[in-house]
Amino acid sequence: MWGYIARRVLATVPVVAIVALVVFSILHVAPGDPAALIAGDQATPEQIAAIRGKLHLDLPIYKQFALWLGNALTGDLGTSIFSNRPVATLFLQRLEPTVALAVTTTIVAVVLAVPAGVLAAWRAGSLVDRTVMGTAVLGFAFPVFVVGYILIYLFAMKLRLLPIQGYRPIGEGFWPCLQHLVLPSLALGLSFMALIARITRASVLEVLGQDHIRTARAKGLPTSRLLFHHALPNAAVPIVTIIGVGVALLLGGVVVTESVFAIPGVGRLVVDAILARDYPVIQAVLLIFSLTYVVVNLIVDLIYVAIDPRISYRGGS
Amino acid sequence: MRLLARRHPAVAGGVAVLALVLIATLLAPWLIGHDPLFVDPLARLRPPSPQHWLGTDALGRDVWSRTVHGGRVSLVVGVAAAVIATGAGLLIGLVSGYSRIADALLMRVMDGLMSIPTILFAIALMAVVKASLATVVVAIAVVEVPRVVRLVRGVVLSVREQPYVEAAVVAGSGFATILGRHILPNTLAPVVVQATYICSAAILIESLLSFLGAGTPPEVASWGNIMAEGRTYFLVAPWIILAPGVVLALTVLAINLVGDGVRDMLDPRFAKRL
Repeated sequence: MWGYIARRVLATVPVVAIVALVVFSILHVAPGDPAALIAGDQATPEQIAAIRGKLHLDLPIYKQFALWLGNALTGDLGTSIFSNRPVATLFLQRLEPTVALAVTTTIVAVVLAVPAGVLAAWRAGSLVDRTVMGTAVLGFAFPVFVVGYILIYLFAMKLRLLPIQGYRPIGEGFWPCLQHLVLPSLALGLSFMALIARITRASVLEVLGQDHIRTARAKGLPTSRLLFHHALPNAAVPIVTIIGVGVALLLGGVVVTESVFAIPGVGRLVVDAILARDYPVIQAVLLIFSLTYVVVNLIVDLIYVAIDPRISYRGGS
Repeated sequence: MRLLARRHPAVAGGVAVLALVLIATLLAPWLIGHDPLFVDPLARLRPPSPQHWLGTDALGRDVWSRTVHGGRVSLVVGVAAAVIATGAGLLIGLVSGYSRIADALLMRVMDGLMSIPTILFAIALMAVVKASLATVVVAIAVVEVPRVVRLVRGVVLSVREQPYVEAAVVAGSGFATILGRHILPNTLAPVVVQATYICSAAILIESLLSFLGAGTPPEVASWGNIMAEGRTYFLVAPWIILAPGVVLALTVLAINLVGDGVRDMLDPRFAKRL
């Protein structure tokens, strides 16, 4: 088992290297002078030269990469061109709302979608099944911000149950914070829920067809125990996978959701940075988000070992 | 068609909606009573009415005509991105599946690329180039390529081990023949299915990009752009966002259903039933 774990962890190193390389090269892949690109259309030659010096764009590419990577590994993510403050500070300042949103969304999505998927599998072919799956299919089709605006329209404007936009830090009270996160997590979580429900249904359906479930039923086990104690754990591997994969959806969707609901998180930071062409910020956030995804996938793979003892025998692939 | 409707009602529904959307967008210039560019300040922000089926926006432009014209842009982006991503993915996937050395390198690169969240990747790419329809298409295609490569590579790897390929090699068939005659046809079915999903994903991504201001340039009215313009007026005129949004969702839904249907039809288990 430890061999599998070691190999799996080691396997992330080349992926991380590639991610760092890609994130770094995005700036340089475009035609033209990166400094001029950042400075904008109205910049004077002096401004362009200043930016070039600031971002060390006069060094050869590999030196720039080494410098950037080395700094990043020690926690120095560069300085924002726009606001002249260290990117790391900006990032940490905006971290709480984004993490709160991401955590709430994941919890809501899993809590709602997994039972829905199990139910749909248990009553496969019935109206319940078709409703759940129909909703799931719809959930994939709507862009996050459209769902967000529909929710705002229904619950905030018409029914006046929840606030329209904004964010209250946890420090100001747990309930206000949660209130402001309900609509955003539902909006962001809809496609996540659709994905989880679909995979859960397929996986549980497969397990329900197996002999040990028939035996348990014949033994007279109550349905809830059957479903949640016998079927679900065996169906867990694809579900856990999809939760890991869904984090990527989350990381991307956070950007748009924060825009719609005016949440001052990292997503908004990135969007503002992109519109202002603030490269150090863009590169840093992209790197951190990608690394988060890699780490989450690593954790998911390691959870497999805990859930499914067969995997460590087969070895990693 | 009736057979399709009976066996797979959802797919038939999807095809019908898609056909409607396609016809509407293709016939757009002749279909609409209003010019989408016609600015009528006196009729700003009107709710849906018999003269303006989906209301008007901040400049008095008819939302229905803008939506229909925007559909052309969004569909073009979707199809173009799907075609480019599939083509590039096919090429890279074939190479990767066939050559072990290239495979080792390419798979690491693809894994890395897939680790970067799609929207962020697309936005970052759009930030380095001048915004235009072409760059949006390329940005989206680049972001979708790794998945196609993975898919194609998987098929190539499994087909390569088949006895008939071995027989072809022994019989002296050239590399190109084996690729073209044996491997490629097997990749086509899953690739076509994947292409439809890429098309719907591309339409979604384009709308997200435009919504954030990093997509098609403002003068090109795509669904995302129309909705982006409607942001400021959402509290007084929600139809500017909701109308194109719902149309977009229905189109994406239709494409997904068609993709599901094609996938089921191409599945050999169902082939006999047709």
